[in-house]
Amino acid sequence: MAELSREQVAHLAKLARLALSDEELEHYAQQLGVILDSVAKVTEVATADIKPTSHAIEMTNVFREDEIRPSFSSETTSRNAPEWEDERFRVPRILDEE
Amino acid sequence: MSELISKNAVELAALIHSGEVTSEEVTKVHLDRIDSVDEKVHAFLFVDKENAMASAREVDAAIQSGTIASPLAGVPLALKDVLTMKDVPTTCGSKILQGWKPQYDSTVVARLRSAGIVILGKTNMDEFAMGSSTEYSAYGPTKNPWDLSRIPGGSGGGSAASLAAFEAPLAIGTDTGGSIRQPAAVTGTVGVKPTYGAVSRYGLVALASSLDQAGPCTRSVMDAALLHQAIAGHDPMDSTSINTAMPNVVDAAKNQSIKGMKIGLVKQLGGDGYQVGVRKRFDEVVELLGSLGAEVVEISCPSFEYALAAYYLILPSECSSNLAKFDGMRYGLRVGDDGKHSVEEVMSLSRAEGFGPEVKRRIMLGTFALSSGYYDAYYGSAQKVRTLIAKDFNDAFAQVDVLISPTAPTTAFKIGDKVDDPLAMYLNDVATIPVNLAGNCAMSLPIGLADEDNLPVGLQIMAPVMADDRLYFLGAVIEAALESQWGHRFIDKVPAL
Amino acid sequence: MNLMAFDEAIEQFDPVMGLEVHVELSTKSKMFCGCRTDFGGHPNTHVCPVCLGLPGALPVVNAKAVESAIRIGLALNCEIAAWCRFARKNYFYPDMPKNFQTSQYDEPLCFNGYLDVDVVTDEGTKTYRIEIERAHMEEDTGKASHQGGQTGRIHGADYSLLDYNRAGIPLIEIVTKPILHTGKDAPLVAKAYVSALRDLLRALDVSDVRMEQGSLRCDVNLSLRKDATSPFGTRSETKNVNSLRSIERAVRFEISRQAAMLDEGKKVIQETRHWHEDTGETTAGRSKEEAEDYRYFPEPDLVPIAPSRDWVEELRNTLPENPAVRRSRLQAEWGISDHDMNSVVSAGALDLVVNTIAAGVSHTAARKWWLGELSRIANDRGVELGELAITPHNLFEIETLIAGGTLNDKLARNVIEGLLNNEGSISTIIQARGLTLVSDDTALLAAIDEALAQAPDVVEKIQQGKLQAAGAIVGAVMKATRGQADAAKVKELLFQKLGVSEE
Repeated sequence: MAELSREQVAHLAKLARLALSDEELEHYAQQLGVILDSVAKVTEVATADIKPTSHAIEMTNVFREDEIRPSFSSETTSRNAPEWEDERFRVPRILDEE
Repeated sequence: MSELISKNAVELAALIHSGEVTSEEVTKVHLDRIDSVDEKVHAFLFVDKENAMASAREVDAAIQSGTIASPLAGVPLALKDVLTMKDVPTTCGSKILQGWKPQYDSTVVARLRSAGIVILGKTNMDEFAMGSSTEYSAYGPTKNPWDLSRIPGGSGGGSAASLAAFEAPLAIGTDTGGSIRQPAAVTGTVGVKPTYGAVSRYGLVALASSLDQAGPCTRSVMDAALLHQAIAGHDPMDSTSINTAMPNVVDAAKNQSIKGMKIGLVKQLGGDGYQVGVRKRFDEVVELLGSLGAEVVEISCPSFEYALAAYYLILPSECSSNLAKFDGMRYGLRVGDDGKHSVEEVMSLSRAEGFGPEVKRRIMLGTFALSSGYYDAYYGSAQKVRTLIAKDFNDAFAQVDVLISPTAPTTAFKIGDKVDDPLAMYLNDVATIPVNLAGNCAMSLPIGLADEDNLPVGLQIMAPVMADDRLYFLGAVIEAALESQWGHRFIDKVPAL
Repeated sequence: MNLMAFDEAIEQFDPVMGLEVHVELSTKSKMFCGCRTDFGGHPNTHVCPVCLGLPGALPVVNAKAVESAIRIGLALNCEIAAWCRFARKNYFYPDMPKNFQTSQYDEPLCFNGYLDVDVVTDEGTKTYRIEIERAHMEEDTGKASHQGGQTGRIHGADYSLLDYNRAGIPLIEIVTKPILHTGKDAPLVAKAYVSALRDLLRALDVSDVRMEQGSLRCDVNLSLRKDATSPFGTRSETKNVNSLRSIERAVRFEISRQAAMLDEGKKVIQETRHWHEDTGETTAGRSKEEAEDYRYFPEPDLVPIAPSRDWVEELRNTLPENPAVRRSRLQAEWGISDHDMNSVVSAGALDLVVNTIAAGVSHTAARKWWLGELSRIANDRGVELGELAITPHNLFEIETLIAGGTLNDKLARNVIEGLLNNEGSISTIIQARGLTLVSDDTALLAAIDEALAQAPDVVEKIQQGKLQAAGAIVGAVMKATRGQADAAKVKELLFQKLGVSEE
C-alpha cells in the first residue's frame, strides 16, 4: 500500500525540521516503506462504524481555577538558554513571518 | 559485596526505621556499589552522590526525631532519566538534551522526596524511551547483569539493570509500550505499568502522551506495591490524572489465597514467535495456578493482532508532535548558529545532529501518519483499533479477573542483534502494547530461567482499569509459590559481577 | 502595483469577505498555566514550565477561559458543542515554545451563530447579518523582535529576540462565514462588524479589546468575483489589521488591487498579505501555494470539554443586554437624533456617557464633555477616551461647580487639564491654579471702568442702543481678569452702569 518516494521523504523531513543527507533520505524512503506496509494492516479492521479512541480513559471537563501562580524569574528562565540577550532568548534570523 | 545491597527495600526500610542502620549507610553502600560495578553495567547516566547523601542524612535526622515519612523512607532509588529533577541533568538518553538541567521537579520526584526516598541518580534509557534494548541511548548501551553481552531490555534498561546489579533496591521506570515490563522480564525483576492516569505525568518528558505511564521497578512484589503507593494519586497538574481513590495495592500484596480466582490466558499472546523456554516456564505457572485453586481459562482477544500496528502509528504520531519542542532555541543542543543560517536551518541542523536514527525514524513516520491525505487511513484507523482493543479487554474482564501472558517473546538477546532491524525490534513489545493502548494496568514478574539460555523469563499479569490491586494480589501469590519451590529469591541466582 | 478606483471596482466585481478576529481574554492567568496575563512586565518573567514548553510540562485548562468562550458564543447566537476537544496545530516557529499551538480544529466549542450590525451609509442605516462559522479556544504565541538591519523589520534582520510573556494567553478566534452581497458597503460592513464585536466583548467583560495593544486582532480575507452568482474567486489573507479605520482601508485597498489585477487578466494569488498602516497598502507575504500541512490531531494531554446544558443556560443568564438593543433604548431615553447617537457610539463614549449620567450629570452635559473637550484631548494624546484620568464623578463635581457659579466653561476646561495631568483633586487644582471666578462686584466694576476709559466710543454706541458693542468691553474685562469672570455677570453690571436694558 505504501511506497514512499524520496521526494515524499524529503518533504516529511522538511515538515519535521530534520536536515537529512541524500543517503539518509534514501535509507528512510526504503525503511519507512517497509514499516508502513506492516502497520497498514490497521485498515483491515478499522471500519466506519467504529468510534476512534484518542484518550484511553474517558474523562471530561478537567479545569483549573483562574488563579495566578508564581512564575520564573528572568534568571531561572535564562538558565538553559543557548543564547540570551537583553532578558530574551536570542535566535537566528527568521526568514518570514507566519 | 555488602550484605545490605542484596536486601529488598522492605527489609532495608525496617532496618533503617528501627535504627539498626542509617539511611546514610544504606545510601553509601549503594553509591559504592555503583562505583565498583557500573563501569561494566552502565545503568547510570548521572550519579547524584552529594544530593543523595544529603537527603539520606535528612531522613536519618527525621527518623531520630521520630518522623518516618513513609514505609520506604530512607531507601535509595534509581530514577529513569526521562523524569525531571530540579537542577539535576536530564537527558532522556539523547544528545539533544545534553547538559539540560530542568528548572522544576516532576510530580513523581516531588512525591519520592516527600516519602523520604533517596534518589541516587538518573538511569540510562533508549533515546526518548524509543526502543526495547537501551541500545538507542546516545550514551551507549546498558548491559544485562545476567549476561553482560546481552541487552537489559528497553527503554528502561538502566532502571531494571540497576536492580539486578544491586546498585539500587528501587527504581522508577516509564512504560509506553512495555518499557517497564519488558526490561523487568529480561532482567528477572518486577515491573508494573499502573493504570493510565494513576501516576502523574507532570515532568515525565513525553514520548506518546496518551500511552506513557511511570511505575515502580523492584526486586519483589511487595517492594513494588510500596513504591506504587508512594508515587500514585491525583495530581491537578496533569489533566489526565484520575481523581478517585487508588486501590490499596499494599494490602493486596500480602500473599493471600487465590482459590476461585478466574484467570484468562490470552490466546493471541504466547503461541508462535515465542521462544520455547519462555513458553515452558509460562505453561508451568499456568499449572501452578490451577494447583493453587485458581480457575484458568483461555480467552480470545482477536484485535490484539492489530495492536502492534496501531501502536506504531499512534506512538510516532504523538511523538512527532511532542518532540517538536526540541529545536535548540530555548534549551539543548544548537547547531549551525553562525550568523548565516536562518532559524529554520538551525532548527533542522540541531535536530538532525541531536536525534539518533530511531528517533528520526519515528518522527518521520508520525509526520507521515498525521499528514493530510493519510490521516484517516493511518492515524484514524489506528485510533479505531484502539477502541477494538479496549473492547476485547472489557469482554475478557467480564469473564475473568485477570489475564496472563509471557511478558516478552524471548529472553534477553545479544547486544547488536536487532539494532538495525526496526521491525524485529518492535516485535519485543507485542505482548505488552495492548495494555498501553487500552489504558489498563499490568505487571511483569520473574518465573524462572529459560532452559536453553539460562536467562530470566517474565510473566505478565493484566488487570482492568483501576484494578491495579489485582496485579499485586496474584503477583504476590505466584512469587511466594515459586520462591518456596526454588528455596530462594529469584534475584539470588544472578551471577556475581 | 496597479489599483482600480474603488467605485469602478465595485461596478465590475462583487466582493466576498471573511473576517477572522482573535481576542485575548482578560483572565487573570494564562490558558493552560497560572502565569499572569498582564501587559508589560520584564520580558520572560510571566513564564513557567508549561508556557515555556519545557520538556515534561503539561497543560491544564483555565475554567474562566472556557466560561468566557461559551459566553462569547452565546452572545454571538452560536450553538455550544455538547462535547469537543482541543487539537494540536503542528508547525515550527520560534515564537511558539512547543512548536505546536494548542487550538481547536474540527470540533469548535461554539459554532453557527450570527451578529447583526448597523451600517450608516449615504442611503441611511442598513442592517447586515454577519454569520459566524465558529468561535474556538486557543493560545497566543510569544513575541519576536527583530534586531539589526532595518529596525524592527523582519527582512534584513540579523537575529531575533524572543519574549514568551504573551505565550499561552487565552485567545478566542471568531471566524465569519463568507460575507456576501455587501457591494460598495463592504469596507463599512467590515469595520462595523469588528466595531460591533468589540462593543459586545466589552459588554461581556471578557477582554480589554484594545486593538492598539493587540488584544483584538483582525485578519481580512477578501476575494472578488464577476457577480453575485459566480463562484468565489481566489482570496488574499491580510493579517493583523489592527484598528477599525485600517479594516475599512484594507478592504478598500484589496478590492482596488484585486480588481486591477483581474482587469488586466492576471490571476489573484492565494497568499498572506501584510497591512501597512503608514502607506495604507498591503504587500505580499508568504504564498499559500505550498500550503503548510498542520497535521492536526486531538490533544492527548487535555481531556474533552463537555459543557452541561445546565451550565450553558446558567451562562446564558449572565449575558448583558445586546449592545444594539441597548443603544436604541438609550437613544429613545435621551431623545436624540440618529446622528447624535452615532457620534457617541463612534467616539467609543457610550459607556462613559451612561456612567456620567448615572453619576448625576444631565445627558446633554455628559455628551458635551465626552464628545467635545475630552475626545479632542484623547485624540491629541493618541489614547482611548476611557484611558483618560477622569471619572464620571469628577464631571459631576465640575458640573455642580458651574451651576453654583464657582466655575465657568473656560475654568472647567482648565480644571480638566489639571485632572488629566494628575495634579490632584478638583479643589487642589482650583487652589493651585488659582481658578475661581471673580464674583466681587467692586473688582468687576473697576475693571469695567478701566475698559470703558480705553474705549469712550463704545459707551455712546451702547447708549444709542447698539448693545452688541458691549462685547468689546466684556472681552476686555475677561482679559483683564484672565478669564476668571462670569461673562454674563460682567454684561449685567455694564448695562446697569450705563442704564440700558437688554429687553
